[in-house]
Amino acid sequence: MSDEPRVGIVVVSHSAALAAATVDLVRALANVDGGGPRLVAAGGMADGATGTDAARIADAIAAADAGRGVVVLADLGGAVLAAQLAASELIDPERRALVRVSGGPLVEGAFIAAVQAAAGDAVDAVAQAADEAGSLRKLGDAS
Amino acid sequence: MSDFDGAAMSRFVSTFADRLHERREELTQLDSAVGDADHGINMDRGFSAARAKLAELGEADLGTMAKTVGMTLISTVGGASGPLYGTFFLRLSTSLGERDAASTGELGAALRAALDGVQQRGKAIADDKTMVDALLPAVEAFDAASGDGIGPALAAAAQAAAAGRERITPLVARKGRASYLGERAMGHPDPGATSTTILFESLRDAVAAD
Repeated sequence: MSDEPRVGIVVVSHSAALAAATVDLVRALANVDGGGPRLVAAGGMADGATGTDAARIADAIAAADAGRGVVVLADLGGAVLAAQLAASELIDPERRALVRVSGGPLVEGAFIAAVQAAAGDAVDAVAQAADEAGSLRKLGDAS
Repeated sequence: MSDFDGAAMSRFVSTFADRLHERREELTQLDSAVGDADHGINMDRGFSAARAKLAELGEADLGTMAKTVGMTLISTVGGASGPLYGTFFLRLSTSLGERDAASTGELGAALRAALDGVQQRGKAIADDKTMVDALLPAVEAFDAASGDGIGPALAAAAQAAAAGRERITPLVARKGRASYLGERAMGHPDPGATSTTILFESLRDAVAAD
């Protein structure tokens, strides 16, 4: 693995446990330890309650950014709105151009994004791969 | 009637927080029919925290006050209302800027900016059965009545918000969790349009109390 920075990935969930476990799972399955992409969980509220906090998501984006941008995956409804608010208004203005909120599914999207980021892809390619994870056929091509 | 100043902003947030607390069960009941039954709890928690933060802030310009409210909501509401009401107050903040008082026209422009922000964030349009169906007519009514001064403009806005909320109750929702219910959401008032109506009633009464 080269020392070149990778696109970072933030996993947003209403549940702190789900966000943290998704990051752990992706790290294990995508085999991205060491010099791989930064994977950061942003789940739940500061007090541990269920919900999403755009300020915490903004902090996670900053932590995941190694210089080549960040792709954010979010679970449901308000989590996507909070992620978009964080990405468009709360983070450092000069970092915004390299942050993408993906509409892809949380687990599959984070996994595929991690694999692509580990391979050294740029932020748009990683975001596109995460988006397209939603159209993967888990049951194969049979209709 | 004087301009909209920091004291009016404080009364507005405080009145809204009080009413959300009083009507917390009602909002939660509405949301249990079509959503995840957290709107009353989330809004009460968020605006109670916002009121406390404003008290800590002390004297400040209108933009700083609105930004304090918006940032507090973002970190305390938890549901989709957090980014939506958070964006509402952040856009008020940008529009009001360093002013210590806003004229009727300046308040109208700030409310319009807040509406635009909520629509940009949530992607909702008229008749999606969301808070926009109370917010949009309220802003339009405010503009139409702004020549009569801030009191009549806010009275018209509150009335239009309430009418908007009533108007969409029979509709099928097209955004948010209620949209998954299809025709089962018909006849249920929208929780977000209800809280937005309470917001404009609070704003009207906070200014009238001056």
